[in-house]
Amino acid sequence: MRARVAYGGALHEATPAGGAGEARLRLADGRVLAQDQVIWLPPFEVGTVIALGLNYADHAKELAFSSQEEPLVFLKGPGTLLGHRGATRRPAEVTFMHYECELAVIIGRRARRVARAQALEHVAGYCIANDYAVRDYLENWYRPNMRAKNRDGATVLGPWLVDAGDITEPANLELRTFVNGQLTQRGNTRELIFDVPYLIEYLSSFMTLAAGDVILTGTPQGVSNVMPGDEIVCEIDGLGRLLNTIVGDAALGRRGDAKSCASNI
Amino acid sequence: MEMAPFRLSGTVYGTLLNHRTAVAALEGKMTLPPYNAPPRAPVLYLKPRNTLAASGDAVEIPAATAAAGAAAELEAAACLGIVIGRTACNVSEALALEHVAGFLIVNDVSIPHPDYYRPSVRYKARDGFCPLGPRVTARVLVANPDALAIRTYVDGVLVQTMSTADLIRSLARLLADVTEFMTLAPGDVLAAGAAAPAPRVRAGQTVAMEADALGTLTNRFAGGA
Repeated sequence: MRARVAYGGALHEATPAGGAGEARLRLADGRVLAQDQVIWLPPFEVGTVIALGLNYADHAKELAFSSQEEPLVFLKGPGTLLGHRGATRRPAEVTFMHYECELAVIIGRRARRVARAQALEHVAGYCIANDYAVRDYLENWYRPNMRAKNRDGATVLGPWLVDAGDITEPANLELRTFVNGQLTQRGNTRELIFDVPYLIEYLSSFMTLAAGDVILTGTPQGVSNVMPGDEIVCEIDGLGRLLNTIVGDAALGRRGDAKSCASNI
Repeated sequence: MEMAPFRLSGTVYGTLLNHRTAVAALEGKMTLPPYNAPPRAPVLYLKPRNTLAASGDAVEIPAATAAAGAAAELEAAACLGIVIGRTACNVSEALALEHVAGFLIVNDVSIPHPDYYRPSVRYKARDGFCPLGPRVTARVLVANPDALAIRTYVDGVLVQTMSTADLIRSLARLLADVTEFMTLAPGDVLAAGAAAPAPRVRAGQTVAMEADALGTLTNRFAGGA
């Protein structure tokens, strides 16, 4: 279990140092700090971000989506990544923005045409992902489009990278999301429609996965709208608690709709 | 990916439906299901790092199996690639091009697919499906990037000429609209849009894409195992 944090003018690897909910952390040089004394980065150098849509039966039903023949995969860029305890912007004009608590699977070893039986040998570890969506911006072209799913700071990863060997049952992990302390989302990775070994087999059949690539495996039912000031905690058994705060336009120096994207087709 | 003196970050975005011919090809369909309306914001897709290839690399055509998505032919779509030079976050149209280091040619390879609603990533994200280059040409050396023709040759025969003059969003406008919601970093590439129909290529054929000042991007297409 290790994190990447910035503190005192340098980047550090950090490990939990005890206290409730890993309240404190220890830098590699031995210094022990509180969680809010450091800047948390995604806990590994992130390569290609591969995300799954509608990979829990209950969530697919929630969105009135029928059964699928193959995984619904979309890709995300590096600008959308954010660490633990960061702030994610909700544009003033939108009506529905929601969190998505997901198990993130981090590739540790190149995977090309890997069979399901060997798939987990290519996994370095796991972390929590909160993969925000702004549904107002969802359009029916190359869904889910990037304006809805690849926004700056809208893909939160962390707090820790937990080694694969420390998670004995990745297919039986409870996921929970709390908004301002209230439990709003709950699921278990045993309910994944396409499980982790299958996803690695499927993806590596056409794209070579490299160390640092990460698969966000999808979210269960229970997504709800979040507003500036809300504190979102995504929790997965054995992986810790990933905190994020929603902020308005002003926190990021945005003035509102000065640069709207009106159609010109 | 090194393209001295430039360095690419490895992140390449493509833009759907940003060429007049691509929109014209969907005439009458944009307001029907499953689309229901023309796109409002730029529609982007990502060509992940496993897809990147250089001029001279072979593009592997997948074996025609159901699992791989049956394909004897691939689409080879020429696009102008904008190489970001300075971090571009919420840039104005007036200042957008000042964030550009240069340009290159992107050969956006796809398995042909009929639908733009929710196509599988395996049509566009296969290993080697994004040759680009042959080098980065500095912005100051490209006289008018908004009126640049890219000519595509298959085995030496001219099969398509596309011009960035026919883009729906100009380069500056596209950068402004994209960076409103996602920051582009130095070395990122934004492919500005392909013309329709894209040339089709079979195993054994060689595709050359050429533009004034940018050079020629050449790739042979090989039958896959």
